[in-house]
Amino acid sequence: MSDNHKVIGRSVPRIDGPEKVTGGAKYTGDLKFPNMLYGKILTSPHAHARIISIDTSEAERLPGVKAVITHKDVPTLKYGLSPARWDESIFCSDKVRFVGDKVAAVACLDEDTCYRALKLIKVEYEVLPAALDFLHAMDEGQPQVHEEYARNINTEIHQEFGDVEKALAEAHHVRTDTFVGQRTYQSPIEPHSAISMWDGGKLTIYSSTQSPHYFQHYIAREFDMPMGDVRIIKPYLGGGFGGKLEPTGLEFAGAVLARLTGRPVRTFYDRAEMFAHNRGRHAQYMEITTGVDKNGKILAAKANFLMDGGAYTSLGIASAYYAGALLPLTYEFDNYQFDMFRVYTNLPACGAQRGHGAPQPKYAFESHLDNVAADLGIDPMDIRIINARRPDTVTPNDFRVNSCKIKECLERVRVMSGWDEKKKNLPRGRGIGVATGSFVTGAGYPIYRTDLPHAAAFIKVCEDGTAATLYTGSVDIGQGSDTVLCQMAAEAMGYRYEQMKIVAADTEITPLDFGAYASRQTYMSGAAVKQAGEEVKRQILEMASSMLGLPADDLDCADGMIFSKSRNGKSLSFEEVARKHFVLRGPLLGRGSYTPPKLGGSFKGAAVGTSPAYSFGAQVGEVAIDEETGEISVVGIWDVHDCGKVINPRLLHGQVHGALYMGMGEAVWEEVLFDDKGRIKNAELANYRLLTAVDMPPITSEVVDSYEPTGPWGVKEVGEGATNPTLGMFSNAIFDAMGVRVNSLPLSYEKVWRALKEKREREEDARREEDARREAHDRRADAQREADGPTPIYANPI
Amino acid sequence: MAQAITDKDGVKRYLITLNVNGDAHTVLVKGNAILTNVLREQLDLTGTKKGCELGDCGSCTVLLDGKPVDSCLVLAIEADGREITTIEGVAENGRLDAIQESMINHAAVQCGYCTPGMVLSAKALLTRNPNPSEQEVREAISGNLCRCTGYVHIVEAVLATAQGRLTPDDH
Ligand code: FES
Ligand code: FES
Repeated sequence: MSDNHKVIGRSVPRIDGPEKVTGGAKYTGDLKFPNMLYGKILTSPHAHARIISIDTSEAERLPGVKAVITHKDVPTLKYGLSPARWDESIFCSDKVRFVGDKVAAVACLDEDTCYRALKLIKVEYEVLPAALDFLHAMDEGQPQVHEEYARNINTEIHQEFGDVEKALAEAHHVRTDTFVGQRTYQSPIEPHSAISMWDGGKLTIYSSTQSPHYFQHYIAREFDMPMGDVRIIKPYLGGGFGGKLEPTGLEFAGAVLARLTGRPVRTFYDRAEMFAHNRGRHAQYMEITTGVDKNGKILAAKANFLMDGGAYTSLGIASAYYAGALLPLTYEFDNYQFDMFRVYTNLPACGAQRGHGAPQPKYAFESHLDNVAADLGIDPMDIRIINARRPDTVTPNDFRVNSCKIKECLERVRVMSGWDEKKKNLPRGRGIGVATGSFVTGAGYPIYRTDLPHAAAFIKVCEDGTAATLYTGSVDIGQGSDTVLCQMAAEAMGYRYEQMKIVAADTEITPLDFGAYASRQTYMSGAAVKQAGEEVKRQILEMASSMLGLPADDLDCADGMIFSKSRNGKSLSFEEVARKHFVLRGPLLGRGSYTPPKLGGSFKGAAVGTSPAYSFGAQVGEVAIDEETGEISVVGIWDVHDCGKVINPRLLHGQVHGALYMGMGEAVWEEVLFDDKGRIKNAELANYRLLTAVDMPPITSEVVDSYEPTGPWGVKEVGEGATNPTLGMFSNAIFDAMGVRVNSLPLSYEKVWRALKEKREREEDARREEDARREAHDRRADAQREADGPTPIYANPI
Repeated sequence: MAQAITDKDGVKRYLITLNVNGDAHTVLVKGNAILTNVLREQLDLTGTKKGCELGDCGSCTVLLDGKPVDSCLVLAIEADGREITTIEGVAENGRLDAIQESMINHAAVQCGYCTPGMVLSAKALLTRNPNPSEQEVREAISGNLCRCTGYVHIVEAVLATAQGRLTPDDH
């Protein structure tokens, strides 16, 4: 764990900073090509309807319209992100399944003409009853969203590890709670867009995507093309958070429109369409039962969940498994049961959002654990420390945990937040809450079945050695992977960060990488980059060895200088040696790739949630509640993470802040709302209620000293993991402030106000009852006294 | 009043002059064209981003006669003859403005989509009030939504610029 690193561990400025602050950075929607057309998709106004007919003739006649397409013009092959359930079509042919389902598309000279053309497409629908309430989607007689899935069951999971019933029977205390989580949406500020163009038989798509590789794979599959004829380029990307991981339909429709017209076509979603495309966090009903011994040690846990999948599968099978799979990660217990139904409804499909599957179950479990602690009279911090997972342990569902410092995170956040003091002294209406979280550092298995490596990288050193370019398929969606990977490349090569360049996320130029999801890039792409850098360094040292007449293993290279480890004075610059290498041996290149080891057990669903390494964290939040209005003010948030070696501290804390921001929004404000026809009521950023700078409380984040033995230089995840504790942390702080629990997200002012009002009413009723009881008692006593006559006076018995 | 030209379909277009970053551009726009689109599509100044077209996100912020506005809520014809500063006009002669420098150094930039609007709102604030309090900074950028940063580093970067420190201590 030597810390004489020259480049990593430093808050170097982002490599893309200058482009981004000057407006020079081009995002997909900023690109323009000669002869380019604009494409737009016509979507369904009904939640559930049969398509009787589509008439495009009038739209086709509109001047400026270059193509109009429906299901008749596109491949009919079903697609999706989870290969287990490919259930989406480019355009609907028989029925539409949610408001916003894709029906047709146009390509026109300009945007205005697109909107006019869409209005001229006549679709005749037979409106069908819709399944809008996921709690009842499995009931008899509910409308069927997909014929082939009886009772609207998209997937069901039943897993048991150990002997749960026995452990519960033997427990000192058993408690069951139920919680409901809401539907939220990633809301990246950059809307989705794609530009498609054909060159002979080759299709090029510029796309706002988190994974050019999966895009390339799915597009090649959909159009029955060799992958080599599909090129995906990711320009700058304006945030994703899981929402830009999968095909949106824009690129399929755009590709067909581009082929028909022979011109580049830019397709895009506006903000409302993005909400309709959704793929955000599933609404979820969660019942949790836990048995503990008298000290609060968890003996067994049972999770019984129901998820609103929306109209299509998306990444939802994985979300469903993740919801249960990650639950036994933070705390140690041997007996665990997980049951889950993901159901179809006539609403937009849900998918992966930051923390994939885990934040809501963590909210439920962390709230529940506080209830258990309250039952037993244990401090919420203590019950977590008692149960905290230790390093080098295996979860009941067979996840191997190497480094784990959750206990240290809890102990540190306890001090930072002033927990012990505040717990005793906070005035009425103020509360403090704690919660923990953990997350995968990259998924152990790819989304579709393949034996390809998960990440790969090349480094090319410039002929005169004055620059080195990293070629990687990894995707900077804002988290800073381009910067961090360049730091890692420079460190491995013994080079300078300031001289690094990067070419990323272009499937024709850069080697395969699965992209930005499951918090995998610093770890997995980083491992490939490190290997590539080390290959460059080996060649540099060999070359230097012949130049200096010293053995290569006596040489080292750091910060752009090659020097002898044993004697002073003999040194060469990286530039000189690299140039010589090019002259004598040709291009100086390094290559690397990363494949995770085989992970996990052999039960059904064992692959989901496996990861080569897990991150951990703990958060404390302090809130003040206005008892009159239910308004929640957040006084402060403290966060401590175990994320292994930190490559760039500032960027890392930026990730934590962003994760907390998203978690805070989900905890208190954000929710996608629908009317009784399945239409989104708040498909705008103002009414969906993204937090502004004035809504954000002070945040203090720290990391514990940590090293993950399997990661390059000991790194682990942080970007998603920091969202996991937040919802539960708020729930517990609010509970502490009010003494009563709101059991559904978001913990809105209105719900808080209502809960307080009900509590007051309950207390008043109890007081009235008590008064009445006391009165009746007094009356009875008076009557008795009258009947007994005067009280006899006894002599003192002693 | 801008000169109007009517095409053969009876659609009126207006000939206007937009003074953008010191350059006068004469452009022909429809009456309902929003300033964001004219800047992006006709002048190729795509540093002005589009995130909602409803005035909610602030990614289209430009300075109109020195004041920050959501350019998606401004008709191009309303900007006729007025001074517009877009993000492309903030760095002078290839030299970053202090606020830009500070934003980079403080890691106040993540995906960067909100950044142009954020820089312009911050710059307008610092011009008007060179020594703002944290609350004033937060209020000044509250019309600029950022989904990535939680605003922590952005607020730090703006305050630091006001104090003449463009680089954080932990750098
Ligand atoms: S695009 Fe103008 S405020 Fe969002
Ligand atoms: S940096 Fe991504 S929206 Fe602000």
